[in-house]
Amino acid sequence: MSRKPKLDMALHELHRSENELNARLLHVSDRHKADHEVFYGARDLARWSRDHVRLLAEAGKRYGLDLDADPRDDSGLLADVRQKAGELVGKRPEPGVLLLRDLRAVHKTAVGVSVDWEVIAQAAQALQDRELLGLAQRCHPDTLRQARWANALIKVMSPQVLLS
Amino acid sequence: MRTDRIAEPWGSRTPYGPGQAWPVRVDQHLADGVSEDSVERWVQSASILHSNGDALDIAVAGGRIVGVRGRAVDRVNHGRLGVKDLYGWQANASPDRLTRPLVREGGRLVETDWDTAMNRVVGRCQELLEEQGPSAISFYTTGQLFLEEYYTLGLVARGGIGTNHLDGNTRLCTATAAAALKETFASDGQPASYTDVDHADVIALFGHNMAETQSVLWMRILDRLAGPEPPKLVAVDPRPTPVAAAATVHLAPRPGTNVAVMNGLLHEVISNGWVDREYVEAHTVGFDELEKRVRDYPPEVVERISGVPAEQLREAARVLGQAERLLCTVLQGFYQSHQATAASVQVNNLVLVRGMLGKPGCGVLQFNGQPTAQNTRECGADGDLPGFRNWANDAHVEDLARVWNVDPMHIPHYGPPTHLMQMLRYAEEGSIRFMWVSGTNPAVSLPELQRVRSVLTDDRLFLVVQDIFLTETAQLADVVLPAATWGEKTGTFTNVDRTVHLSEKAVEPPGEARPDLDIFVDFAHRMGLQDADGQPLVKWSDPEGAFEGWKECSRGRPCDYTGITYDKLRGGSGIQWPCNDEAPEGTERLYVDGRFFSAPDYCESYGRDMVTGAPVEPSEYKALNPDGKAVVKAAAYLPAHEQPDDDFPFTLTTGRTIYHFHTRTKTARAPQLQAAAPDVWVEMSEQDAAGAGITEGDLVDVASPRGSVRAQVRVTGIRPGVLFLPFHYGYWDTGAGHQPDGEGRAANELTLTDWDPASKQPLFKTAAARVARVGGDGTPAPAPTTTASRPLTPGVPVTTGAADVEEEIR
Repeated sequence: MSRKPKLDMALHELHRSENELNARLLHVSDRHKADHEVFYGARDLARWSRDHVRLLAEAGKRYGLDLDADPRDDSGLLADVRQKAGELVGKRPEPGVLLLRDLRAVHKTAVGVSVDWEVIAQAAQALQDRELLGLAQRCHPDTLRQARWANALIKVMSPQVLLS
Repeated sequence: MRTDRIAEPWGSRTPYGPGQAWPVRVDQHLADGVSEDSVERWVQSASILHSNGDALDIAVAGGRIVGVRGRAVDRVNHGRLGVKDLYGWQANASPDRLTRPLVREGGRLVETDWDTAMNRVVGRCQELLEEQGPSAISFYTTGQLFLEEYYTLGLVARGGIGTNHLDGNTRLCTATAAAALKETFASDGQPASYTDVDHADVIALFGHNMAETQSVLWMRILDRLAGPEPPKLVAVDPRPTPVAAAATVHLAPRPGTNVAVMNGLLHEVISNGWVDREYVEAHTVGFDELEKRVRDYPPEVVERISGVPAEQLREAARVLGQAERLLCTVLQGFYQSHQATAASVQVNNLVLVRGMLGKPGCGVLQFNGQPTAQNTRECGADGDLPGFRNWANDAHVEDLARVWNVDPMHIPHYGPPTHLMQMLRYAEEGSIRFMWVSGTNPAVSLPELQRVRSVLTDDRLFLVVQDIFLTETAQLADVVLPAATWGEKTGTFTNVDRTVHLSEKAVEPPGEARPDLDIFVDFAHRMGLQDADGQPLVKWSDPEGAFEGWKECSRGRPCDYTGITYDKLRGGSGIQWPCNDEAPEGTERLYVDGRFFSAPDYCESYGRDMVTGAPVEPSEYKALNPDGKAVVKAAAYLPAHEQPDDDFPFTLTTGRTIYHFHTRTKTARAPQLQAAAPDVWVEMSEQDAAGAGITEGDLVDVASPRGSVRAQVRVTGIRPGVLFLPFHYGYWDTGAGHQPDGEGRAANELTLTDWDPASKQPLFKTAAARVARVGGDGTPAPAPTTTASRPLTPGVPVTTGAADVEEEIR
């Protein structure tokens, strides 16, 4: 397959942004451990991004790209510290504002990833690359669901956070 | 015939065949020394200690309740009563009923008068409204009040105070029933009818120990099983329940794997061609997605996930797939598990792909746990708007505002109504500062009790508890309001199969206790809540007035009550909604001819993503289902968040026994029921017990990462690797007050804070746990021998009572 440097760049960018989304979701999960829906929900959804990273690394091989199949992961000590802190501030109202900000960041990142998948899907169509198109069709809906999750939580929580 | 109904909870058999009428058997229990001749009045009512809706008459003599008798004319029970109803009424006259309001003074609760108590409630509420606004105020109600009370509370909270924080403890019992119906049919409302038991040739019970939770409907099934051409039963339950014992096929999956099991069953049904293609084509959307999804779940894969042998799964699928009249029921084994909504929706999918809906013997009943849970949902006293209106549809909100004569902006609809677990979280962080709990006992019934106690005792929270006893929760309150209960007030309520019953006042409440309705109306007036014209917001002062108000609110909605009056409910049988001009005698089955309530403009809900929980946007729903069909939603199996590991190798499930209701506030005060199941126990398999050197009756500590409970072991045929604790036992009768003094007794010391993303129902069926033996003197566990806790060890004395229930077969 002839090299398409700009497509390579787009795949790199998507791989990077999926990694970022995974990290952001884990971050919001750890930081808001006392908000159980956020804690569990974000962890569940981070798994989707990790799956995407793996699948992208596989797909990248066909384009001669060396994308890391292992998602960047800062779990461990730092995550433990964040979780502990999340528990300790669980009785304080102020983290509500922080939570909105963190969810906003998740949403923004997810929307970015969504655009990246859109770009890849369009290119795959034009290239008539069924395999890549299939990957985009498989993963992109997950991204949209990740974005909607963050948006739905923001919608539900913002009145309580801002009016109390 | 006189029967010992403690020993034989389902009484004597009256066999009947398919399509025949279920024979009448009138059950009656009168207090010792009371004869029928000495009964002065029989007052019409229905059962309040489970969700079956059994009609009964209350016997009154000398101003006191002296017994009960099943109503022969009623469509639900044909005269029969469950064991809790036969004995539970005695709790009404318990000497420790609350008879005066209590307020906290210097850290202690002291008696006071109603004015003082209500002024404190109103004073704090107004203070917070001024300081913070409605976001500070929350209401947590129950599944045990009457329709009129929920509707009034919904009006007061949503239309008056303007708070989004109103939910019921139905969140713990039927939230998933409602959510599953909303996902598939876009509206709440049970499709089937109890009469379908009379016609079905296969009845499948998913996570539903009906024998102990709706014992009279189980009698109906037992009578079919004893008659000609009995139906086949399929049971899915990790415990050896009476249902499992009677089943043709019993699947006992690992807790938390229900979606895998359901997908496996659907895989077999679809791949064997047992699909009603015509029905699916004409009346559903989304089947292709389901077909694709369940391809990943052949029986061998399901066996690896769930531990259900592939051959058993195939056998169950054969029975379901070849059924001619299939009735499916679902309860807590699915609702209180991980992936609750996704699993329950697959049961809806099963009846849809088999085209088993809207015909005699066919359908699905997503059961409720509590007697009036259906009304909590209908009237908007939980996370819904009244009349199954759609919070995401502005026209519905405007219509509700018209009925209430308030500004639509005043009714919060910026998001779905706040669910209980989120309310608790807001209270924990300190943004909800007022919580009014009516008729429920969260200090025992919610998961992770250590956390719940820390929230409820937080100084920042003003806690009002309205109840009939000084429950564990009431002990923590700032104000306690003494309520009247069943038999002491009038109102209506609705059971699982949409049957509305009237329950009339039989006796006076004790002391100064007042009906919940009167308390809510009093609160509204003291708060000065008004409509758009400056008139009082609540326009009624008695139950019938509230009922008439509700009828207007229900007009044209799926749960249309406009054809029902108190008079029409008097004397005869209960009536199934919708009941209106088109269906003046009520409606036996919904969705006859494949017509649903799911048109985008009409439906109650656009649904949610069953994994992320995010509400489906109106535009998405319109694109998906423009013609108002049933929605087939597929789901992949996901492992539960908390898995057993080396430290906590067991999966703990919690549940109930036939002899008790909820936190035993009533049933422990009925001596016969209390004696049948006097204290907590833990069920364990023979294999696990032997491995740990444990025998019947040994004392153990059951621990999870969150706490521990001390209990005697009952060795049973439960699935190996699984432990079961009944959740009924708290602390009010231990002398320790509201919390453990030393060892824990409440199952919810162990459960975790996690919930289903779509229904927001907390998980009670999947927690990791361990067991350590601490002693044993050879006495058996205090668990009933008649039910799912039946012992395997020989020589355990059987559970018995007295032969004091009259059964008259007519």
